[in-house]
Amino acid sequence: MATMIQAIRMALHVGESRLGVTDIFGEDVGPPLGGVFTGTQGLETAWNTPLDERGIIGTAIGLALAGRKPVAEIQFCDYAFNTIDLLKLAGNTYWSSGGDWNVPMVMMTPVGAGIRGSIYHSHSFDATATRIPGWKIVMPSTPRDAYGLLLSAIADPNPVMFLMPKALLRMKSKPGEGIPGAPDDDKQLGHMIDAPLGDRTAWKPTWPALEELYIPIGKAHVAREGTRVTVLTYGRNVPMCLAAADELAADGIDTEIVDLRSLHPYDWDAITASVRKTNRVLCVNEDTEVTNFGEHLIRRIIEELFYELHAPPKLVAGAHLPGIGLADNLEMASVPSKDGIKAAIAELARHEP
Amino acid sequence: MCVGIHDLMVRARVLEERLITMYKQGEGYFWIGGPGEEAFNVPLGLLVDKGQGLDHDYLHLHYRSSGTLLAMGADPVDSIRQMKNLATDPYSRGRNFAGHFSVRAWNVVPVSSPIEVQFSIAIGTARAQRAGTGAKGITIVQGGDAGSAEGDFATALVWSSRKGHELPLLMLVTNNRFGISTPYAGQHGEAHISDRGKAFGMPTAVIDGNDPEASYAALKYAIDYVRTERKPYLLEAMVSRLRGHSSASGANVAKDEVDCLDRFEQTLEDRKLLTRTKMDALRERYAQELVEASRGVRTEPAPTPESAWDYVFADKNYVGGES
Repeated sequence: MATMIQAIRMALHVGESRLGVTDIFGEDVGPPLGGVFTGTQGLETAWNTPLDERGIIGTAIGLALAGRKPVAEIQFCDYAFNTIDLLKLAGNTYWSSGGDWNVPMVMMTPVGAGIRGSIYHSHSFDATATRIPGWKIVMPSTPRDAYGLLLSAIADPNPVMFLMPKALLRMKSKPGEGIPGAPDDDKQLGHMIDAPLGDRTAWKPTWPALEELYIPIGKAHVAREGTRVTVLTYGRNVPMCLAAADELAADGIDTEIVDLRSLHPYDWDAITASVRKTNRVLCVNEDTEVTNFGEHLIRRIIEELFYELHAPPKLVAGAHLPGIGLADNLEMASVPSKDGIKAAIAELARHEP
Repeated sequence: MCVGIHDLMVRARVLEERLITMYKQGEGYFWIGGPGEEAFNVPLGLLVDKGQGLDHDYLHLHYRSSGTLLAMGADPVDSIRQMKNLATDPYSRGRNFAGHFSVRAWNVVPVSSPIEVQFSIAIGTARAQRAGTGAKGITIVQGGDAGSAEGDFATALVWSSRKGHELPLLMLVTNNRFGISTPYAGQHGEAHISDRGKAFGMPTAVIDGNDPEASYAALKYAIDYVRTERKPYLLEAMVSRLRGHSSASGANVAKDEVDCLDRFEQTLEDRKLLTRTKMDALRERYAQELVEASRGVRTEPAPTPESAWDYVFADKNYVGGES
């Protein structure tokens, strides 16, 4: 089964061969490396930029204004913070020009902890991203979602941020959740599309006959149906919450996991339906907890669904610390863990008004 | 041609003076613009290949570019609409300050207030027009001297000059020797900003941007070079700032600056191309037209509160959640 990074690579191949993608670029994105996570190996339109994130985002905006279809990568979201005024410009150009110029670009960037990445390879970006209006923001939790969301991002006429949960990039698809058209056999797929180690100047990938799959932006996915507690989450925390829910099922706690997939626009209908069903809600994400996207969801739930609630909503998020420390104990103490999520779900499940 | 350039310089000057008057009379919240850059910006507008798409020139301008827009054929009344933040303002629908142009039909990319970001964005349109693409147009980006201290200026130098990946990018610096209140010497160690291009192997020049004939010749040479060679060029024009940075500093006349229009009118008079009487009458006529135009737009609507939600997205206009 394809890994998430292979799924991303295949989506970019479909993008450049069928959907008009003209430029896939960033630091070490082109040959010979093809991306520090291998996401852009073997792509025809991939090229290396100078080590200059502002230049990368500026170039993407300019290419989009010129009618091209760029996919720009910031190597780690930790290095996107010096591009924020350009991200704001990408998000406000259509609006500030009164509909004169739209900016059809995709920015992709690995986010979050989970690889012992220390202070500058562990940042999350969802809280920052959702504070930049004019962008659509998506974050997959499975290889198939990564494939389908990236194709939707490429086809979109607006700037779309594709947040890649770096802890899941090597995660394989589950049976029945493969990439349409890609072989299920790991070795066969790897042989076709993974660049060989060492000299790869003569190497060319053999792309499978991929089918297009569009996972709509703005639609959530109920990753696990349940009746007792709703968990609203995305990205890396989805499999973590699913594992927590499986363990709690043994204790008779039936948890519903809603994978938002899109942070903006987000699927308020799906959130409403789930909260009406369970009357208890937990938001889980890795970004620092002060002014966190989960806080926004909780605020809106309280304002609009207050009388549906049987327990105060909870947030399990990253600690509001200046960084995520390298040592195992420091990282574990800084971001949500399965045990912390389990405890929060169990507390909500037990709470009676 | 001198007479034509003079005509446009007068139009641009009179427009900015009208906008300043409107600000002072409470008909707009803020003024910023280009009095003092007309001798350079008008020839630029006359020389660009105007149109939409890769075969025409992309313009990444700054907020002192009214002379360029008028020379391209913009209606000065549209600037009055923007000054009054009317719904009929074609550049921003009442959303942005004066001088923040946007004309997609002419490849005029939206002018934005953050300084120098256009130098990063221009790389993208230039890349879309690079050698081998078959595109006939070039990309022109303009900023001031103070803005060249931003990293985006270095970004444009680095990205446009990579060997084998050179970009058809004309970088223009209009040097008025100020960044709001900070003089040139307080921000720069280099003798000329354009000297920085030399390290990247690109041709550079410093010219008197208060001289419209010198500006026209230098711009024509630079544009021809970039169009033919598909490589970058850095041109620095020494200009004046005749009304200060913006209305925030009063927008009053700076008496110790060279006025390019006064100087050019003297030249035209000396060469007997135009008489003082004719030039004074021209200025008076344009000024009067704009007074009438600003009266004429009084009946045009302000943006409605709900229009704030228009144009957030180019497909469905998502507001918060998707319902």
